[in-house]
Amino acid sequence: MSTNKVSIDPITRLEGHGKIDIFLDSEGNPEDAVLQVPELRGFEEFSRGRRAEDMPRITERICGVCPEAHHFASTKALDAAYSSPPPETALQLRELLYNSYIFADHLLHLFYLGGPDFLANGATKEKRNIVGVINELGEAVGKKLLAARRKAHEAIEIIGGHQVHPVTGIPGGLSSGITASEKEELASIGKDVLDFSEDVLELFHEKVIASEDFGALMNNARFSLDSYYMGLIDEAGKVSFYDGDLRIIDPEGEEYARLDPSEGIGLLEERVEPWTYVKFPYLKGVGWDGFSTGMDSGIFRVGPLARLNVGNGMKTKLAQKEYEKLLEHFDGKPVHQTYAYHWARMIELVQAAERIDELARLDSITGDEISSELGEPGEGVGVVEAARGTLFHHYELDQTGIVEMANMIVPTTSNSAALSISIKQAAEEAIEVGEISEEALNRVEIGFRPYDPCLACATHSVDGGLDIGLSIYDDEGKLIEEIEK
Amino acid sequence: MDRVLIAMPKKEDKRKLAAYWASSCGGCDVGLLGLHERLLELIDFASIVFWPAATDFKYEDLRSYGDGEIDVTFFNGGIRTSENAEMAELLRRKSEVLVAYGSCAHLGGIPGLANLSERGTLFDTVYRENPTTKNPANTVPKQVSEGKFGELELPGVNEKVGALSDIVPVDYSVPGCPPPPEITEDFLDLLLENDLPETGSVIAGGKTVCDECDREWNQEAIEELKPPGDVNIDPDECLLDQGIICLGPATRSGCDASCPSVNRPCRGCFGPPEGVEDQGAEMLNSLASILQIGEEGTGLEQERELLGALPDPLGTFYSFALPVSIFGGRVEDGGTNEHE
Amino acid sequence: MEFEPKLVGFLCKWCSSAGADLAGVSRREYPPNLIPVTVNCSGRVEASEVMRAFRDGADGVLISGCHPGDCHYTSGNYKAGRRVALLKHTLDEFGMNPDRVRLVWISATEGDEFARVVREFTEEIRALGPGPYSNAKERR
Repeated sequence: MSTNKVSIDPITRLEGHGKIDIFLDSEGNPEDAVLQVPELRGFEEFSRGRRAEDMPRITERICGVCPEAHHFASTKALDAAYSSPPPETALQLRELLYNSYIFADHLLHLFYLGGPDFLANGATKEKRNIVGVINELGEAVGKKLLAARRKAHEAIEIIGGHQVHPVTGIPGGLSSGITASEKEELASIGKDVLDFSEDVLELFHEKVIASEDFGALMNNARFSLDSYYMGLIDEAGKVSFYDGDLRIIDPEGEEYARLDPSEGIGLLEERVEPWTYVKFPYLKGVGWDGFSTGMDSGIFRVGPLARLNVGNGMKTKLAQKEYEKLLEHFDGKPVHQTYAYHWARMIELVQAAERIDELARLDSITGDEISSELGEPGEGVGVVEAARGTLFHHYELDQTGIVEMANMIVPTTSNSAALSISIKQAAEEAIEVGEISEEALNRVEIGFRPYDPCLACATHSVDGGLDIGLSIYDDEGKLIEEIEK
Repeated sequence: MDRVLIAMPKKEDKRKLAAYWASSCGGCDVGLLGLHERLLELIDFASIVFWPAATDFKYEDLRSYGDGEIDVTFFNGGIRTSENAEMAELLRRKSEVLVAYGSCAHLGGIPGLANLSERGTLFDTVYRENPTTKNPANTVPKQVSEGKFGELELPGVNEKVGALSDIVPVDYSVPGCPPPPEITEDFLDLLLENDLPETGSVIAGGKTVCDECDREWNQEAIEELKPPGDVNIDPDECLLDQGIICLGPATRSGCDASCPSVNRPCRGCFGPPEGVEDQGAEMLNSLASILQIGEEGTGLEQERELLGALPDPLGTFYSFALPVSIFGGRVEDGGTNEHE
Repeated sequence: MEFEPKLVGFLCKWCSSAGADLAGVSRREYPPNLIPVTVNCSGRVEASEVMRAFRDGADGVLISGCHPGDCHYTSGNYKAGRRVALLKHTLDEFGMNPDRVRLVWISATEGDEFARVVREFTEEIRALGPGPYSNAKERR
């Protein structure tokens, strides 16, 4: 039993509530580091009884950093539940909005969340934030960054109705199309974000990849996890955000599964631990092997690095070039180095910007046909790649269109087992005997930031609708009760 | 409350600002960033001394500040756990001006729908009866577990979701889910000018969404309610006229009717209009008044049938403001009731 | 001690309240459980006022107006009819027994009817037991 516990409370520069407890042995070495998530709201519980068409607007309140992901996973689930495939214009507009979201979210992470650890140039607590970053990079860069995020959110507003929490997703399409002048605005936004993304890439190389601090983390094999990976790919096998096939690869890079994403939930199981409200999904077919990775452990990862591992390339030109650089640096794939997530995220940011630019120039986005007739309500699954990874929404509707069952599997939950291992790795490296400095504790937090966790997403509910077992221990660690669901 | 603020006290040094999320989705933190380039003005106006989303200050830093040392705190998220309630009290003490920012802090928000749960709390069957819970009084239990590594604690989940004002007095409410950029900017301007409105004010309009909506209302009675998926929505006509339930009449103005502008009905995120206590009841009244099948009085039976069968009245009328409504959530009635 | 229901009655002044007065003048007996509130029309009664009555301890709420076709304001009672239908449905969803709210039509000449309705409603609510916020509520 440990004698000493150090807490980081709350953990910061991520989405959601969390605390990390680090247990030290009698010599002051970290024995274990545990991430606890102390929040939950119960979306799957109160979604029951709601009208189906309200679900995109309800479930997006699971997360205000990635609401577009929930909104469209939900809308796609309804497209399926009502057997109503959207017309081309609606799909293009949805994808345009979706890429604007990926762009904005990844940009938020770089400058506000994970980035300040490297961009604020080794600063102390007071300066390790967006203010410190703007001071370091200068107000001109600061203004450009603020403008870029604004434009991405304006694009979301044009198509989705709001800058945050879009509302236009309906089963079978969108509630509203765009005008010719809105198309011009979108085209102008596309051009601007594309330009900015090239600046960002340059900045990232200069300030992050080239930095000693970051290099030491990214190139250090001790921060690797040889996990399975999951992501969506299009027909050509390229990294895809809005739609595609689901692909899972094993730690050696071989394909483990490729299937219709709606069948993906069937491959998963979740484990409950009594010390946190978040659960730990793993691949049922491989099995739970404790908090470790490898061919025999069903723990898998999702998100930017996972997507780049799963895909055979990027959809767009500039992103593809950068992708090849990353692969060259790591000598092929799968890339297991956790800190490479930050780089993968930048590559995706570039693809998102290129896609916004491409889609905004299509003539068909001002088309009049933006929704399809609905069939009878039934069951449906909608899957998208949220910024943080694969997101599933699964609904069962009764014949009047009321929700009987709603199940959401969110990416940060999928990453939670890997996250736990990475935090432990970070603690082991950061905390040397007797050294519990503020900087050391920040290095532990740096350990989770590659995952860009969204803990509000991860703890939206009590039970995720999968087969779960709950083990209850007494204070001596003895098993009292097991509850099967 | 007795406090009357007209301005923040004069200060020599730069002002101090905090932002916190209770039971939140993070959308209001993104909402604050909706100031975009004007964020530079905010940063100029105050140093941020606590904001878990964006800065590294920890709870121990917050506790070390003096009472009232923080000039303004933007508090978002509802009160769901014991930790949320503790933070509300702590931030009230440490802040000169406490702002309920966004629908959850203002009204309870969408997570407030959990108050409809029959089981009272979401955890009752799984976590509250957990034998490792150490708190003997069992009021708001902290979850304590011990495994191989040591003792770990989690905050307890309260019976019901509440708004910020259920726990502490709130100086101002900035409504919206999240507050749109214009509304946030309005409040920023008040801070920059240090000219604060009456304590207890809601920083938005004094009318209803209908007032701002461009759609034409023909004062027709609604003859039928449209089922979902009817794709032929007239972009110019009032949604209620078209048989789509829109909460415009029962919702505070200030958003420029952004949802009706994209053919989506208002769901009431700004909360009830000035002077109205229960947004859902207000909408219920309005809807019943304007629904009319055939000549007045002749469609009585069908009207009652239609209204008695309206799907999900609670979800429709109380999406955002259930916790601050008259009942606040599910009602326990011991009277003979075949309902579930 | 037997449970004595606390009832609130919203009575329209043109018909029902006059009918109640007639019951009094005619010395018709009916239980004292109902607290009468005169409103100028049954259509004036808002859903929030009924909810507030329950929240403040009422066990039952009676709304009484003019017969269809006789409303002094032409259509107020029709609106009341629709409102009560939607309110009962909503109360049911909240978990309250919707029979705790009753809408009746009583004219100015129906003193007997008024007494009968109040007697009946009192016994119905007595059988249902205390309302959800009643002081007399037996806690489970």
